[in-house]
Amino acid sequence: MSENRQKFDVIIIGAGPAGLAAAIYTARAALSTLVIDESSAGGQVKITHQVANYPGFVESIAGHQLASNMRKQAEKYGTRFKLAADIISLHLSDQEKWVELDDEGKFTTEFVIIATGSSPRLLNIPGEKDYKGSGVSYCATCDGEFYKDKDIFVIGGGNSAMEESLLLLQFVKSITVIHQFDELQAEKITADKVTANPKVNILWSHEPRTFYKKENKMVVEAENLKTNKRIRLERDGIFIFVGLVPNSTFLKNTPIQLTKYGYIITGPQMETNIKGVYAAGDIRDKSHRQITIAVGDGTIATLEVIKHKLN
Amino acid sequence: MLQTNLGHIESKEQLKELIKNNEKVAVCCGRMGPMCIPVYDIFEILQGNYPDIQFRDTDFDISAAAMIKGLPECRKFWGLPYTIYYRNGKVVKATPSIQTAKEVKSVINEVFT
Repeated sequence: MSENRQKFDVIIIGAGPAGLAAAIYTARAALSTLVIDESSAGGQVKITHQVANYPGFVESIAGHQLASNMRKQAEKYGTRFKLAADIISLHLSDQEKWVELDDEGKFTTEFVIIATGSSPRLLNIPGEKDYKGSGVSYCATCDGEFYKDKDIFVIGGGNSAMEESLLLLQFVKSITVIHQFDELQAEKITADKVTANPKVNILWSHEPRTFYKKENKMVVEAENLKTNKRIRLERDGIFIFVGLVPNSTFLKNTPIQLTKYGYIITGPQMETNIKGVYAAGDIRDKSHRQITIAVGDGTIATLEVIKHKLN
Repeated sequence: MLQTNLGHIESKEQLKELIKNNEKVAVCCGRMGPMCIPVYDIFEILQGNYPDIQFRDTDFDISAAAMIKGLPECRKFWGLPYTIYYRNGKVVKATPSIQTAKEVKSVINEVFT
């Protein structure tokens, strides 16, 4: 274990909008602030094409630009960043808390704000990782044109699956939607546009169990959830849009209370069950997830930290 | 041109020179899309940690990218970005689609150390 230790007034884990908003406030309050993220700054916002509903921007702004602006704003006030960092251990229970990073040593603090957000869910079935980028895709705008005049699968029936299907329909010859339920979960207006398209057919109540390649085709082995019978279908590619999962696996061996889905349970001031530990943004158990809400969460958590720090 | 803080490759000649004159080169070839931006960002962060590696990007839609698209290693790629790692002028690894920081670091450790 490294002997290298640095103390900060606040450590924020997660550099999405919640974490960056929190950092802007703590840094402006002259609290030494460290933001840690396993990736780059921006969270889900940086992979959002355009953001049209963030107040203050009359014209929509590219998600990566908004994320970059937030990071620069936090940096301007003195926030330090450790990005692309791996947390190898975390201690939250005592008054002095610490986060240990691979190759970077330990960072200690009295206050931690967890703002790790969520990530697109993977199916985690055989073949998914093996064919990522060569038959399996997660982005219509990025990879749709590779499938021009091809037959594809779309896995999922929620809003993202249907919105991405509408984009894919501009390129592909046909879409077979594989969905686990008997009806689509997407907003009716979007779902109707997809289902009305003659190039679309839907395989209801089925879940993919494995992907593999047969010559140039991707094969999906899917199970009928009502009969448990499996079928095999071939197409040119597979697009997966099956929602989001909270980035909370690193909290597994900590005393932080999570819901059964892995979201952090918080009170109205973003406090968790551990004194000095707050959670903000999409990692929280709540009903709505928006950039503006994440920013609000980060601000509330920070104001609480500032209040306790000054007392 | 890509809106990143990486050095951009804008011509085939530039790419040829880069891999000829540097032992370790990593090039991310893509667009300003959701699968590509995280990889550019990770490159930006890692270039501070690995000064011996030349990290660059190139726009998928310019002629310089033809050198990457035409690589045998990329023949079966159907997902952006294409990330190519060169050592001593030769391709030692190529990955399609989005990669996490952990995955990129793992490739770097595999092919450059």
